[in-house]
Amino acid sequence: MNFTPPRYTGPAIAAHWVIAALILVAFPLGVYMHELPLSPTKLKLYSYHKWIGITVLLLFVPRILWRITHRPPAPLPMPAWQHRIAEGTHHLLYLLMFLVPLSGWLMSSAKGFQVVYFGVLPLPDLVGKSEDLGDLLKEVHEALNFGLLALVGLHVAGTLKHMIIDKDGTLRRMLPFAK
Amino acid sequence: MKIRTLALTAAVLLAGTAHAVEFNQVDAGKSTLAFSSKQMGVPVPGNFKRFTSQIAFDPAKPTAASTTLEIDLASIDAGSKDANDEVVGKQWFNVKAFPTAKFVSTGVKALGGNRYEALGKMTIKGQTRDLVAPFTFKQEGASGVFDGGFVLKRMDYNIGEGPWADVSAVANEIEIKFHVVANAATKK
Repeated sequence: MNFTPPRYTGPAIAAHWVIAALILVAFPLGVYMHELPLSPTKLKLYSYHKWIGITVLLLFVPRILWRITHRPPAPLPMPAWQHRIAEGTHHLLYLLMFLVPLSGWLMSSAKGFQVVYFGVLPLPDLVGKSEDLGDLLKEVHEALNFGLLALVGLHVAGTLKHMIIDKDGTLRRMLPFAK
Repeated sequence: MKIRTLALTAAVLLAGTAHAVEFNQVDAGKSTLAFSSKQMGVPVPGNFKRFTSQIAFDPAKPTAASTTLEIDLASIDAGSKDANDEVVGKQWFNVKAFPTAKFVSTGVKALGGNRYEALGKMTIKGQTRDLVAPFTFKQEGASGVFDGGFVLKRMDYNIGEGPWADVSAVANEIEIKFHVVANAATKK
């Protein structure tokens, strides 16, 4: 059969991989940096982490607008329950793509450290400085991140299942240079 | 009765002109010493909770004014608990060896209007440097209010040694802002 399933649109593919790459850097960076003793390196890593997070937040806006105005290609044949799980995972991933960086920004404000994008563009503090709120938001940021980790794991596991077991073209629809 | 009141008023007025008003009783509760550091481009405010200062300032003779300021460095609030623990340590203020910072004025210049400039020597961590601190003076009832600020280069005093000498993480320039309220006492 010479059937080529429809692919995601170019902007959707670009946004998917750019944001995926940013998350793949920011997540381990966050895990690593928060245990470090205070040092210039720690201050730098925190800043890089925040800049990446704000970039994800900025890219999220056009991405979600594009997603709303452009329907993704119809799913390949699969049981309805699998499709529901895939779709639910996608929706939750979108939600966390927004909530994870937002909770980080809130946490930074509450801890008394304004976010200055790339060290030059000061972003407004979303909440006032408060130790209790800062500690709470740290927990929230952490919990949301482990939620994100679980969902990315499920998302990747689904992709692998389609690649290895189903051998269908699911991943190809999202690959940047596939035909 | 009326004559006595009048005489008293005259005496008070005369005393007022004969003895210049000097602001020299610093109100520690109303005075503040704040600073702002820049970490990766992020302004981080802080302050010192304890400092003592002597001031002698007569607006009629500002150039005769003098001041000393002594800061209890351990009373620093640098914006977070981590930072507070760090900055009292050896690489920063080393408060065990150098518990206080001291500014002693050597002169005051009148810049016109209510603007002045205090010249003096600042000693921090065993390093003494010349310092110029512009300030304004404003009389509010019986109090004199001094507001000023200057930029202190932390590396001039070795504040932040070792890895902290990296001014790309914590900028060299620290903005200092002081607000001192001193009450008047009649000069003898």
